[in-house]
Amino acid sequence: MATETIHHGAMFDTNELVLNMGPQHPSTHGVLRVVLRLDGEKVVDADVVIGYLHRGIEKLSENRNWTQIVLLTDRMDYVAAATNNVGYCETVEKLLQLEVPRRARFVRTILCELQRIASHCLWIGTHAMDIGAMTVFLYAFRERELILDLFEEFCGARLTYNSMRIGGLPLDVPPGWPKKVLEFCDIMDSKVGEYEELLTHNRIWLERTKGVGVISGADAVAIGLSGPPLRGSGIPKDVRKDEPYAAYDEMQFDVPIGTNGDTYDRYLVRLEEFRQSLRIIRQATEGLPEGPIVGKVPRLIKPAAGETYHAIESPKGELGYFIVSDGKSTNPYRFRVRPPSFCNLQALRTLVKGHLVADVVALIGSLDVVLGEVDR
Amino acid sequence: MVDSVVIPLLKIVIVLNATLVAVTYMVLLERKVIAWAQSRLGPMRVGPYGILQPIADAVKLMIKEDITPNRADRWVFTAAPIISMVPALIVYAVIPFGPEISLFGRKVSLYITDINVGLLYIVSVASVGVYGIILAGYASNSKFPLLASLRASAQLISYEVAVTLTLVSVILMAGTLSMVGIVNAQYNQHVWFIFVQPIAFALVLIGGLAETNRAPFDLPEAEQELTGGFHTEYSGMRFALFFLAEYANMIVVSSVVTTLFLGGWLPPFPNTPVLHALYYVPSWIWFFLKSFAFLYFFIWVRATLPRYRYDQLMRLGWKVLIPLAIANLVVTGIVKVMLL
Repeated sequence: MATETIHHGAMFDTNELVLNMGPQHPSTHGVLRVVLRLDGEKVVDADVVIGYLHRGIEKLSENRNWTQIVLLTDRMDYVAAATNNVGYCETVEKLLQLEVPRRARFVRTILCELQRIASHCLWIGTHAMDIGAMTVFLYAFRERELILDLFEEFCGARLTYNSMRIGGLPLDVPPGWPKKVLEFCDIMDSKVGEYEELLTHNRIWLERTKGVGVISGADAVAIGLSGPPLRGSGIPKDVRKDEPYAAYDEMQFDVPIGTNGDTYDRYLVRLEEFRQSLRIIRQATEGLPEGPIVGKVPRLIKPAAGETYHAIESPKGELGYFIVSDGKSTNPYRFRVRPPSFCNLQALRTLVKGHLVADVVALIGSLDVVLGEVDR
Repeated sequence: MVDSVVIPLLKIVIVLNATLVAVTYMVLLERKVIAWAQSRLGPMRVGPYGILQPIADAVKLMIKEDITPNRADRWVFTAAPIISMVPALIVYAVIPFGPEISLFGRKVSLYITDINVGLLYIVSVASVGVYGIILAGYASNSKFPLLASLRASAQLISYEVAVTLTLVSVILMAGTLSMVGIVNAQYNQHVWFIFVQPIAFALVLIGGLAETNRAPFDLPEAEQELTGGFHTEYSGMRFALFFLAEYANMIVVSSVVTTLFLGGWLPPFPNTPVLHALYYVPSWIWFFLKSFAFLYFFIWVRATLPRYRYDQLMRLGWKVLIPLAIANLVVTGIVKVMLL
């Protein structure tokens, strides 16, 4: 990238400084590379370079059978593997026109929301750490650990769960598990307040996040933002409400929205989502119905020729799967993912222009991208 | 001979070594305190409760490969850590840890020297330290350190002015620049200066945080933004020198604040007959207790607060601290003239 001379009128002219942030940088959340053009510390332009974590998951999926793909979806958004599993399985079920038992749908809801809390824990920790508040990170990871324990008890894994099967669940929930989930909800309730105490009314936090990276609702829609960044700009769009999946149609919850569309509002939206998720988990766990956990799944999964798109609300935003089946083979003809992180990351360039280097890391954090999902 | 050479030399050796040990243990203390704040244990492996961790760290840093980047300015790159470390150490020459005491029948003062421009000496020497950071960033020939050194120089200008102006009001109260003299003035006025100069105290404390590059003003090294800032390209013992300098500066700031505002080695409400029992506690223990409280405060702040942004820090310095410092100075002057 060629540097341009910046004219300062009567003063000396200066040159732009090209700063290569990443892929090895503590705040790029994995392997994101941002090429910044700076005037002093002010960002003139930013070029987001992705692809360092590309593993060809979409292409790989075309050579695996329908059940094996669940495992690959784990590796996309690796901090919210269960959500990816649910999204994929529901898409295939939609393609197969398969009825999923109510119990399985409830457990899926619980897992999705636990996963949302775990993902938001990671987000609040790293986001606060990027802005310099390091204690929040360890507090949030302390609670994330409890969720990982719950997942470990449910499916044996702590990060890449492979926790879903087409048509239902691989296993029923262990005895006593729902009680532990409710206990966790009680713990988490008080801990969210702890994060808030450290950040929400902190003068420095307010100065660092208010008015930083403002994006209007219309612009957010135009760029294709989804999830908390979109809701932070005041657009009440949530797949859980608009096109309910799993058991969300039976749940009572609110969709928090922001007003200013700045980093602070996105922060507030996610904080409120902690509480709403807990509300959903409580309802789903207390109302967990008895019954089978797997629907009538054919022994050989081979959907009829056709295509389908199904989206769910992952912690990062709208996670959509577009799958084409040719009706002949036991693997998808085309497997395409609409990853929320990828679409949200597009906003970074617009957001950082005119801000300072310190804001770049705050904004990457505020968009909450996971590079495994961006590159796939 | 003994009084003029041996005792001062002994004192220098003791203070220098004590400082270096204190600095390494400050690192451990910081790790421990932050760990407790974050509900974890901190270092636990080396020695019981990790108390030998500083030794392990020192050994590790000394045997580490010392890399000078190819395109770096070799001489400046080598000199920078030294420039940053030396001022941090020589400031201890004028810090009074206690009054004159008699030891083995000989009068010994618990400070290396008492010069009549003590405070001025501290301010001027301490501001040399930041050149180390600026030169390190420049000499590394790398972009992140360069940005860090720009930040460091901006920070220095914004805060040095405010802190120095604030110190003038303390000097007005004491009527002397000598560190021992300032403590004695608090003795004679029966009160710690924190009670008569609360605004000055707050300003010096904030300025002290900024001058030592501590959170929330740790912009020149902001790991999350500048990947370590000015010491990005440093490794091994040269990195350790920067690290030690930062902690040595923390101790300096704590000691100076203690001396100026908390009566140095004096117990609370000095020279009050009712509280005479407090004098049974040795003077240097009072001094260390108070300095320790500030060190703890520094660590506590780091565990709690996010980091200011460069422009916000400048705004705070120029638009809040400096006007406040000037106002405080004017009011102090007027009150002083009216009362005397």
